[in-house]
Amino acid sequence: MKKTRKPGISRRATLALMGAGAVSVAAPWVARAQAKMIKIGMPTILSGRVAQLGTSSRNAVLLEVEKVNAAGGLAGRQIEMVIRDSKGQPQEAARVARELVNTDGCEMLFDGEASSGSFAVHEVARDLGVLCIHTCSEASSLTADPKQHIPNAFRCVRQGIHDSIVGASYAAGIAKAKGLKKWATCSPDYAYGRDTTGEFVLYLKKFAPDVEIISESWPKLFQPDYTEVVTKILQAKPQALYSCLWGGDLTSYIDQANIYAMFSQMEVFAVNMADYTALTVVKNLPKGIHSGDRYIKTFPPTPENAAWGDAYKAKYNEYPTNWSWQNATAVMFLDAAVKKAGSTDGKKVAEALTGLTIKCPFGADGTVTMRAEDRTLVGYAIGWGTTIPQEPYVPDVKAGDWTTIFELEAEWKKSKGYT
Amino acid sequence: MDLDALAGCLASPACLVTQTTSGLIIGMLLFLVAVGLTLIFGVLKVVNFSHGAFYMFGAYFAMTAYQLTGSFALAMLCGAAGTALLGLIFERAFMSRVYGADVLMQLLVCYAFVLIFDDVVRMIWGPEFKSMGMPSAFQVPPLFIAGGVVPPYYLLLIGVALVAAVILGLGLARSRIGKVIRAAAHNPGMVSALGINTGLIYGGVFALGGMLAGLAGALAAPVRSLTPGMGFSVLIESFIVTVIGGMGSILGALIGALLIGLIRSFGSLGFPLFTEGLMYLFMVIVLVSRPTGLFGKEVA
Repeated sequence: MKKTRKPGISRRATLALMGAGAVSVAAPWVARAQAKMIKIGMPTILSGRVAQLGTSSRNAVLLEVEKVNAAGGLAGRQIEMVIRDSKGQPQEAARVARELVNTDGCEMLFDGEASSGSFAVHEVARDLGVLCIHTCSEASSLTADPKQHIPNAFRCVRQGIHDSIVGASYAAGIAKAKGLKKWATCSPDYAYGRDTTGEFVLYLKKFAPDVEIISESWPKLFQPDYTEVVTKILQAKPQALYSCLWGGDLTSYIDQANIYAMFSQMEVFAVNMADYTALTVVKNLPKGIHSGDRYIKTFPPTPENAAWGDAYKAKYNEYPTNWSWQNATAVMFLDAAVKKAGSTDGKKVAEALTGLTIKCPFGADGTVTMRAEDRTLVGYAIGWGTTIPQEPYVPDVKAGDWTTIFELEAEWKKSKGYT
Repeated sequence: MDLDALAGCLASPACLVTQTTSGLIIGMLLFLVAVGLTLIFGVLKVVNFSHGAFYMFGAYFAMTAYQLTGSFALAMLCGAAGTALLGLIFERAFMSRVYGADVLMQLLVCYAFVLIFDDVVRMIWGPEFKSMGMPSAFQVPPLFIAGGVVPPYYLLLIGVALVAAVILGLGLARSRIGKVIRAAAHNPGMVSALGINTGLIYGGVFALGGMLAGLAGALAAPVRSLTPGMGFSVLIESFIVTVIGGMGSILGALIGALLIGLIRSFGSLGFPLFTEGLMYLFMVIVLVSRPTGLFGKEVA
């Protein structure tokens, strides 16, 4: 029997109309729900030789964002992090940052780039006027140089100049006590290595004028073999060695210097040793290497810091890095600033961030401050100590004195023509 | 430039011993990588741009074997044998398909595998750097020879590389397989016509080259950090060695590698800011005076 279509609207058409109606009725709610989310963009290094640092930055941010979201979000808006790989290339970092704002609709940026990329992202922030917190670049000029100052950019990172002052002060104390006058340096041959070593030597000679640099080595970044550098230093017979090699380069250097028994022949000051990425990888860590604190859960020696380090390890099955605590602090600052501003508007948050002091597990006295004059982080725990081959790796860290840091930093800025 | 330091070192037996062994160590590891490169080029006429990956795999295989068994000898064996097998598979499955192709196509295939191999390492062992650690047998104070410092592990390293060089040299010159390989390099068509499986010869040579690079990686693993992409910097220096020594020449690879090692060790004293530059300068001088390299043969 042939079926005849009944007059009127078909069942299919009715369903389609109902569906369309439901969508149009619900649309404002969907839109409102989307507006309740706040997107924060983050270019960082997720591939290549230093991917571990970028990954640890992402991990730390997500750990803290989870807490903020659980507590109700930023002014009632849940945070959605949009994290993209820059491959450690400045031009890619700038492209990604611009895309995150213009295409993905991110209202704020966390710049998880190393120094080279952070200047590129800084220019994007200058151009777009979006709130930007630098979370990884330690190059002092990023915030010390007034030409870089823009009202919407902040730096939540330790600084090379602070490390050099504290490290040189610590090293000078040991140099005087042990009569270490002949020093050698061995640092990677690029801007960070040259600048950091130069600043360290400058302050070392200021604190201990008898010190003389008798040998300098500048191996290239990511050099696989340091044998000729090690033997050159042994020939020079210095009493102490300073190095700002880092990551895999530092661990290679230690392994290769170890079999020449270098560490029993001189005092070694390696600013980047006390970071779990290096401490846990070196199989035969010599006792007694002097190092600055990058991140260790025992400094500052507070329950809050230890708990944070353990929580990170429990979630990601590895210890955090120096980049981790800086990124976590950036989320803490943002949360506090939004609460103070009562809004997620970029300009209002930037105003609230300027000069803001917050409670923080990584503060020298339990707090850290976003200094108003250059919108940079101060008051974080900074110190030097000596290594042992097992946990806690650096059992006794001597804390740096922020009054001295501020004093000498001001002099340094003046000498550079920044003030 | 610090010529006083260089002159002072040349006049001091202790410094001379330390810097010469330092040069030998750098040179011998480079030789192991470069000789595989030059062997593959000599026989297969392919510039194996992915050769550094075998050095990387050798180091990772050795580290894994050492972690699993605690045996250093087994770690070395795994590093060498694992990369030999990898070399054979790589040659048979991929490289053998582009022998007759344009050089650019060969380079493209090799470069693709540089990236693929790096990602494979990243997926298996992770992106972060690793360290194998020095076996306890070698965690001993260094030896002092004429006042110069020589770590025992480096003596082993030099010894293993020397033995490899001798076996390779004698094997190619005297053994029947060596003669077949040399014949295949000169006239593969004739060798094939004589009933010899040239595919097997090519695969074997590639496996041998990979094995030598893998052995270098395994020997370097206790003193160098392991990262995806670690083969690249070694590859660049190996190319310099093969260019200096002459593409296809094993003796050239040995002499070239030792010269580069000595330039680095003594150059770091006399020309601390120009050590890398010295290597390239030397290469330029060799290329200008002998375009085929020190031991390379003129192409008819």
